[in-house]
Amino acid sequence: MPGAQGRRVAVIAGCRTPFCRAGTLLRSARAVDLARHVARELLERTNLDGRAVDEVVFGQVIPSPLVANVAREVSLLPQFPRDIPAYSLSRACASGAQAIAAAADQITLGHTNVAIAGGVESLSDIPVLASRPLADALVSASKAKSLKQRTLPFTRLRPRDLVPVSPAIAEPSTGETMGQSAEKMAKENRISRIAQDEWALRSHTLAARGTDDGRLVAEIVPWFPERPDAPVVTADNGIRRDTSLEQMKRLPPVFDRRYGSITAANSSPLTDGASAVLLMGEDTARTLGYEPLAFIRSYAVAAVDPGWQLLQAPVWAVPKALERARVAWSDLGLIEIHEAFAAQVLSNLQGFAGHGWTLNEDLINVMGGSIAIGHPFGATGGRLVTTLAHEMQRRGVALGLVSICAQGGMGFAMVLERA
Amino acid sequence: MTALALEITDGVAVVTLDVPGASVNTISRAVRDECAACFERLAQDRSVRAVAFLSGKRDGFIAGANIEEFVALTSAPEAEQLVTSAQQLLERIARFPKPVVVGIHGACLGGGLEFALACHYRVVTDHPKTQLGLPEVQLGLLPAVGGCQRLPRLIGVRAALDIILAGRSERAAKAWRLGIADELVPVPILRDVVLAAAGRLAGGWRPERRRPGGVLGLLLDRTPLGCRVVFELARRRVRATTHGNYPAPLAALEAVEYGQRHGVASGLKREAELFGQLAVGDVSRKLVQIFFATTALKKDYGIPTAPAPLEVRRLGVVGAGFMGAGIAGTAVVQAQVDVRLKDADLPRVARGLAAARAVVNERLARRRITRYEHARLVASLSGSDHYTGFGRADLVIEAVFEDLGLKQQVVGEIEAVTSPSAVVATNTSSIPIASIASRAGRPDRIVGMHFFSPVARMPLLEVIPSETTAPEVVSTAVAFGRRMGKTVVVVRDRPGFWVNRILAPYMNEAGYLVLEGAAIEEIDHLMVAWGFPVGPITLLDEVGLDVAEKACGVLYAAFGERLAPSPAVPRLVNDGRFGRKNQRGFYRYAGGKKRGADPTVGELLGVQPNGGAHAATVLQRLVLVILNEAARAFGEGIVRQPRDGDIAALYGFGFPAFRGGPLRHADDLGAARLVSELERLTERHGPRFAPCDVLVEQARSGTKFYN
Repeated sequence: MPGAQGRRVAVIAGCRTPFCRAGTLLRSARAVDLARHVARELLERTNLDGRAVDEVVFGQVIPSPLVANVAREVSLLPQFPRDIPAYSLSRACASGAQAIAAAADQITLGHTNVAIAGGVESLSDIPVLASRPLADALVSASKAKSLKQRTLPFTRLRPRDLVPVSPAIAEPSTGETMGQSAEKMAKENRISRIAQDEWALRSHTLAARGTDDGRLVAEIVPWFPERPDAPVVTADNGIRRDTSLEQMKRLPPVFDRRYGSITAANSSPLTDGASAVLLMGEDTARTLGYEPLAFIRSYAVAAVDPGWQLLQAPVWAVPKALERARVAWSDLGLIEIHEAFAAQVLSNLQGFAGHGWTLNEDLINVMGGSIAIGHPFGATGGRLVTTLAHEMQRRGVALGLVSICAQGGMGFAMVLERA
Repeated sequence: MTALALEITDGVAVVTLDVPGASVNTISRAVRDECAACFERLAQDRSVRAVAFLSGKRDGFIAGANIEEFVALTSAPEAEQLVTSAQQLLERIARFPKPVVVGIHGACLGGGLEFALACHYRVVTDHPKTQLGLPEVQLGLLPAVGGCQRLPRLIGVRAALDIILAGRSERAAKAWRLGIADELVPVPILRDVVLAAAGRLAGGWRPERRRPGGVLGLLLDRTPLGCRVVFELARRRVRATTHGNYPAPLAALEAVEYGQRHGVASGLKREAELFGQLAVGDVSRKLVQIFFATTALKKDYGIPTAPAPLEVRRLGVVGAGFMGAGIAGTAVVQAQVDVRLKDADLPRVARGLAAARAVVNERLARRRITRYEHARLVASLSGSDHYTGFGRADLVIEAVFEDLGLKQQVVGEIEAVTSPSAVVATNTSSIPIASIASRAGRPDRIVGMHFFSPVARMPLLEVIPSETTAPEVVSTAVAFGRRMGKTVVVVRDRPGFWVNRILAPYMNEAGYLVLEGAAIEEIDHLMVAWGFPVGPITLLDEVGLDVAEKACGVLYAAFGERLAPSPAVPRLVNDGRFGRKNQRGFYRYAGGKKRGADPTVGELLGVQPNGGAHAATVLQRLVLVILNEAARAFGEGIVRQPRDGDIAALYGFGFPAFRGGPLRHADDLGAARLVSELERLTERHGPRFAPCDVLVEQARSGTKFYN
């Protein structure tokens, strides 16, 4: 069944780097290195000639000031001709999924035939900035003509101006951090600490199973560190096999020490990683001889007031996407929900139930989620689409859903279909 | 025929050199005459205030003198006369009453640079193709058209000697830093800058030239005592590297020194005399022959009516060991292809990728590439423990362990994942290509590519077609080898191919000599003095004793008693000595450096060092086994032409260039003499010295390898 208009967009393949906790195995890599690696390996895995690609789109939430458009650096890989246009975008944690949606739109419109869409984040390599007074002083000094003019701006600085500034994961409009928002949602939706810990444990257990049986590993391209004696990174390093509810219970809440329930164990960790998905028009795939994993049936984005429940917008995005796909919740055979916090997942599920939908946990995050696997902001969308498409194929499921909550009170949903 | 075009605008005469019918400009007698006439006319023309000189070739200035003219020289006075008349032309330009400005884009070598040095102002482009140098000593000659006088006066004695004695070329930026060029400019504005400089000079402006080098430079370059020190050190360095076998660098040194002492005019005279002696000397003749042979080889695909090679955009390499990584790194750096490296497990792939990257890093460290080019080259390297990405490979080179069964299996795996048109090359030093291809599904796509280790540095590649290899596959392998910067020789599919075939008896003989009590260092010293870069025992250590044992074993199995290995190497291998790679061999190693012969080797081999054979006999035995085996292999058609065999021996194992190669050297000694010496050695040391049929036949009929 074709999409609303235009031609169908096929997901041909997807892959990702290992997702590693920030400051660990991928810490010496820059985001651009991860993005280039994953895109090149996508070509390798699909035996696609780089000359066939028309567009590259990447999502990234905290770009390096030195590489403002990471997608262009990807499309300047020697494996591609130099004339592939590329752009990078941000829709916060849904950036990777948005990159896929944006590339798919261009294919639907007939503007492109083959696109690589992905996302990347290196939280080991976030920009550390000078404070505004220091930055102002540096700028005036650079324009100065005499030694006196050059030194004068610095005399007005105070010691605290010398402290570097790094981006906080907080809402610019409310000042609330992501964790505080999750804490608020847990309270308002009455999500218990134990329910959160159980969801986190489930995430680790299922992710470990998916890793051990090879399903997740198959999506991962090994990362070769710069140093030849360092081990090759082949799997995610955030998945815990040794944890238990008892251990989780002992962790103190981070954001509200007294009455809070959000802990390091039931939140997704800061993570480095990249993902990429190969998209083609259905006809192009046929011409080039590729067997699609799945097709993009629809997608939708919704937003709520960030001052309300910051991560609850999927509750509005999902019905929109289902409506555009002209399918019902009950038609879905698999669901991938991004896990920023266990409290957010459970709040989202509560919201879905509020639509009158029946929840079947056996279909949700069947190989765990971001809590265990990790959440490199820009890369998570590519991971979810890749994992969902592969698992739909393995299980012979006809319809699947991706649901992602994002900073700014946004929610993203995408429906995939097979055949 | 007119090579020069003249155009006068605003009082500046623009002279453009474009030698018709040639891809590069070279200076022949005709060009010189035309040039002389042109400058005569410009001297007379009152409307001309300055001269701007440019090349009409797209990417080349002047590649040097026309070497064919040197070959035709028959006597020293004739050669002297040739350069004297050239010197007179350049003197005329140097003293030209109107300023002469030269714009240089592309290669500016030998006589081309000497011409530029005679001009009054030099502008070079910052293009990578712009290279300035005096390569004369590489042809056994010296820069004799003022190069030994004008360069040291322009940039100082030390810097000039560095360039002249090594026959080196410098990139434009370096040449500019050294002071050879006055300005370094982007290509599109070269002509404008040259014309502007000509106009300024005509108006009386004079450039200020400062010589870099500080106080030390001043002391060494500008004082008689300092110069004497510089010359003495340079002379010592030359002697240490040439072992008295190559007269040209010493002659060039003398020309520079003589000119510094006695002035330009006397210096020029000395240059011409020395050139006369060198040009008709044996060494230069040999080196010029090699130059022509190498040039001819670059256009030869090694098979009759070779079809066009396939385009190789992507290379697959199977086996990420030392060889495979070297091939991958060199291919990326030289051929700028996309390379996919595959090995059985990821740690090996990681080490292979790191080793391949080291080849690229080395180019960056030597500033041959920018860090942006470096990043792009490094991104061309990737690897996996699966054959992912091999479907797009146009050429796959397997470099797995030397084991027939394994190689057959790997070839099968490669065939299963590559397109039917892909070329599958097998890198082997000893296994017949036909055996490797015997189980293959597409034996016509299989060809041998025998690289030498370390791949990044060794200049030779043997390409080995089997009986079934398609001609297009051969030309593809040859063309790609050339893109990798290698001199490529196509050889027949017989054990050892060419290089190892003639190397094996040489290695064996060195082993026999050690067992007879000859001192290890003495053997090496003799062969180095004879002209090899290293002696045979050092070579064994470098190659790896286990590798040598295996290769010599294969040849023994194929050719029998004649190539029976000496027991020396196996005994060392049994003792766990693999040569330099494990720091234990015939020599001792400490901290990665060779530290003299290992005294325990004698004990291990049960040999009392007794001095062994006489030096003359050692030399005779080692040289004659090479010549005899080369002649025999040539008789078997391993190489198609003596040229190929000689060039391969030069580049493959460092046969002395001034001797021209084993077949050329055999010709020089004469088959009759070789046969009688070999017969004498046969009587004394056994049938392995028996002269081969080819030499016996040549001795009988009085023929030679080269006509």
